[in-house]
Amino acid sequence: MVANMQALLDAGLAALDATNDPVELEIVKAHYIGKQGQITALMKLLAAMPADEKKAFGAQVNQTKQAFEAALNAKRDGIAAEKLAAQLAAEALDVSLPGRGHAKGGLHPVTLVQQRIEALFGSMGFAVADGPEIENDFHNFEALNIPKNHPARAMQDTFYIESEGEPLVLRTHTSPIQVRYMLDNEPPIKIIAPGRVYRVDSDATHSPMFHQMEGLWVEEGVSFADLKSVIVDFLRRFFERDDLEVRFRPSFFPFTEPSAEIDVKWSKGWMEVGGCGMVHPNVLKSVNIDSEKYTGFAFGIGLDRFAMLYYGVNDLRLFFENDVSFLSQFK
Amino acid sequence: MQFSEQWLRSWVNPALNSDELAHLLTMAGLEVEENEAAAPAFSDVFVAEVLSVSKHPDADRLNVCSVNVGEAEPLQIVCGAPNVAAGLKVPCARIGAVLPGNFKIKKAKVRGIESSGMLCSGDEMGIASDIDGLYELPSDAPVGMPIREFLALDDRLLTLKLTPNRTDCLSIRGIAREVAALTKASLSPVVIETAAVNTDATIAVALNAAEACPRYAGRLIQGINQAAATPDWMKQRLERSGIRSISAIVDITNYVLLELGQPMHAFDAAKLSGGVQVRFAKAGESITLLNEKELKLSDDLLVIADDREVLALAGIMGGLASSVTESTQDIFLESAFFAPDVIAGKARRFGFSSDSSHRFERGIDFGNVRQALERATQLVVDICGGQVGPVTEQLTTLPARTPVALRVSRVAKVLGISLPATEIMAMLQGLGLACELASDVITVTPPSYRFDIEIEEDLIEEVARVFGYDNIPVSPSLARMSMLPQAGDRRSKNVLKSILASRNYQETISYAFVEEKWETDFAANSAPIRLMNPIASQMSVMRSTLIGGLVAGLQHNLNRKQDRVRLFELARVFQGVAAHQQPERMAALAWGNRFAEQWGVAKERVDFYDIKADVEALLAPRVAQYRRVNHPALHPGRSAEVVLDGEVIGVLGEVHPQWVQSYGLAFAPVVFELSVAALTQVAKLQAEPIAKFQVVRRDLALLMDESLAAGTLLLAFESLKSPIISSVEVFDVYRGKGLPDGKKSLAFKILLQDTLKTLTDEEIDIAVAKLLQKAEECGAILRA
Repeated sequence: MVANMQALLDAGLAALDATNDPVELEIVKAHYIGKQGQITALMKLLAAMPADEKKAFGAQVNQTKQAFEAALNAKRDGIAAEKLAAQLAAEALDVSLPGRGHAKGGLHPVTLVQQRIEALFGSMGFAVADGPEIENDFHNFEALNIPKNHPARAMQDTFYIESEGEPLVLRTHTSPIQVRYMLDNEPPIKIIAPGRVYRVDSDATHSPMFHQMEGLWVEEGVSFADLKSVIVDFLRRFFERDDLEVRFRPSFFPFTEPSAEIDVKWSKGWMEVGGCGMVHPNVLKSVNIDSEKYTGFAFGIGLDRFAMLYYGVNDLRLFFENDVSFLSQFK
Repeated sequence: MQFSEQWLRSWVNPALNSDELAHLLTMAGLEVEENEAAAPAFSDVFVAEVLSVSKHPDADRLNVCSVNVGEAEPLQIVCGAPNVAAGLKVPCARIGAVLPGNFKIKKAKVRGIESSGMLCSGDEMGIASDIDGLYELPSDAPVGMPIREFLALDDRLLTLKLTPNRTDCLSIRGIAREVAALTKASLSPVVIETAAVNTDATIAVALNAAEACPRYAGRLIQGINQAAATPDWMKQRLERSGIRSISAIVDITNYVLLELGQPMHAFDAAKLSGGVQVRFAKAGESITLLNEKELKLSDDLLVIADDREVLALAGIMGGLASSVTESTQDIFLESAFFAPDVIAGKARRFGFSSDSSHRFERGIDFGNVRQALERATQLVVDICGGQVGPVTEQLTTLPARTPVALRVSRVAKVLGISLPATEIMAMLQGLGLACELASDVITVTPPSYRFDIEIEEDLIEEVARVFGYDNIPVSPSLARMSMLPQAGDRRSKNVLKSILASRNYQETISYAFVEEKWETDFAANSAPIRLMNPIASQMSVMRSTLIGGLVAGLQHNLNRKQDRVRLFELARVFQGVAAHQQPERMAALAWGNRFAEQWGVAKERVDFYDIKADVEALLAPRVAQYRRVNHPALHPGRSAEVVLDGEVIGVLGEVHPQWVQSYGLAFAPVVFELSVAALTQVAKLQAEPIAKFQVVRRDLALLMDESLAAGTLLLAFESLKSPIISSVEVFDVYRGKGLPDGKKSLAFKILLQDTLKTLTDEEIDIAVAKLLQKAEECGAILRA
């Protein structure tokens, strides 16, 4: 009897093993533990057995049934797992194909450099100011202590607007922004003013429209030493070179006194990157700021030039041709 | 200003090499722009004498020369120069010499004849020469002397880029004065003696414009030898200063200009009629200048005239008619001071500049006028001889030199360094500024050669210069801190730019001055703001719209074989000249397919609605209305104005077919242009509670005429929105099969919700009925 039961189980396990199909699996299941199944049939024998045999036989049948059920469940799980694996394999993508939809566009390199500079000066408390590009004589020249017969005012250098009234120009620098800002605000004044400026000049290294950035700090106690430290700090942070050599060379601008050119040591020697100085008392006077109480410094740099240095662009004209094959490098 | 280093060193010779001297000048504000050798390096070239010349037996153009280079035996040298002749002194490169270009001189046979060296042209030594052939040396040149020494070739030419305030350094004397102050080296000025007067002949001088010319000195020198040659030393100094030798008299006036900074002029006295007067020109007068420019004069031009006519443009250039020529025997030498503001800008008005005007318009040393005349006289007598007449000088009121007070405390305040009064005094005195100290204040009287010292800051700059800008310490600034404001209802232009960049647009920057046609085409602007002096006709008017620049950008990129272009620009436009009429705009253009060519995406052209989505994204969270518009740049049926809170803030649409054709585009770009002021203004966000009760969706399909805009319905529904109808959106548009001609069907998605309870069916039905009623009022009915 026991031997028969073992043979029955072995046959059942072999039948389970032989199938990989869920339908077939149910048929095997019915054949052994279904209502008419062979193991079920053994269970039915129990009722007619004498009590002393019943216990041992019952335990054996139960064991056999449990062993079969365990194998059946394992088989079921196995088939499901294989099915899932097959499905996943069938669903696999070519992940190397490019993503779909819009790629990122880009910002102009001059904008990117301007944003970088705005962030650097912003971290030191400089706000960003702006102003009109068609300016009058007062804001562009007179308030900046530029004399009436100064060559910068000549039509060879400055664009003039046809107008009935006072002479109007396209601003030749961003300095009129500082004039406007100082007229509208009381010290302490701490601004940078980036923007488009215009000069009658057009060749490989000059564009009739280009970008400048003006900086201005007017407050009690601001000195030439402060000017030097802010500029040196800025240049070292901008170019990310703590050892960048910077020098200040005496120069002359009508709107600052003392004035200096700013040079940095580049691979081929000293290179001029901007101008600066202490705001001229006449400028402070023209915007009604007490030059005895307040001192301040101003500086100006060429944004296009900084963009060229930062990105290694060697032709200024590329910035204004709007060629996307060039511009799309700047994301 | 270019000058010879050796000339400067004859005045002041600090213990610095050439590079150190150049650095000193640069760091004192006299920027050395160029520092180049007077001659390239070469070696073993000597002064030699050609003893004899005989024809080469086998070559027509060659000569065999015997040359004395100062050794016992003469050298045999084959020479092909046309000007070789016995008795000529020339430079000779000996065997072993290395000439510029690493040209080594070796013993050689030239067509069978041995040649032991080479006779040199200027070219071969790398120096300028007018002669085609051997460089001819004067007959007294010492044979055997190294040519570098004889021609002083170990000199350097320094070019200063002077700022306009440093007119005092436009001469050797001025630069020497500065170098002496900076290095404390001693100054050896040229000795100027008063010339002996040996005739009483004079020409009368009258100052008829005393303010414009407060000082004028002149003198006659008669019987000069105009043929006299300019001495080599003078020629050399002139040439090394970039001035060509012309004739002895002209060279002398130029020499004094360079040496002392005083522009001089020599008139041919025989061509003068009566006395000389300094006056303003009269209308109708004219003059032909030395540079052969013929000028019509106006009454703001200062001239030198005689009794008959205008002789010279004062301080700018002499006239051709009265100039010194080969036949001149008597000269009238002029040395004067003309007021800077009278001379300034005048030469430029006629499109030229001269060494004289360059100096006068910045201001020359009016204390030096007489001295310079004596110096020139001395040189004329030494070189050309002649009988010297007495000086005729007219003098009125010279520029004032008002003392300027310098507070020692102010120096510290402006420069951020503390210097003792005595040190400051020493610096200023070194520059030749007279100083007096009383307690904290130094009173400084500027000398006649400084035109740039009027206020305290001018002196502070001098102190900083002498102290050295580099010596002012760099340490982080100490300041009172305050945070910058961050307005919650504003956003920056950088944010706007990033939104468009993230939507696949490339930022561009275009010129603000454009072709007039663009203004007519894209803005119907027939009276644009014009430039008086445009750089080119296609850059003559200021733009009032950015669209033209974007279309040009498109054309440029299409020419470079791009098949899809998306550009934007943020810039000012010019509607007027006042500040508020120059608003900033943000404009964009899209052309080509909606998406760049890629797998799995249909190739469809970008259209109005794609760009509208970009506009909506830029405006979010604010929502605008869109109304059809007639705009000169745009297709009238496919364009809209963007209305925000009742205000038009811009337009969007397809470019007008007319411009598509005339600008050579295959099909229409879609563009928008919006006010930056409107875009940077955002509503300050305020959170609203989210509803706890279920949202109910109902869809409405409405049938209407083609001409009824979706926006009209949406606007009508807007009035019904709260409290139950939370949103109404169009989700489908249908036309064609099943609908009558000229009709369309719009499907609306209606979301209904109550914040306090779940809606009942009855409430929902009432709300939908209200919407339907509104729709019917607009002319739309429920689609069967």
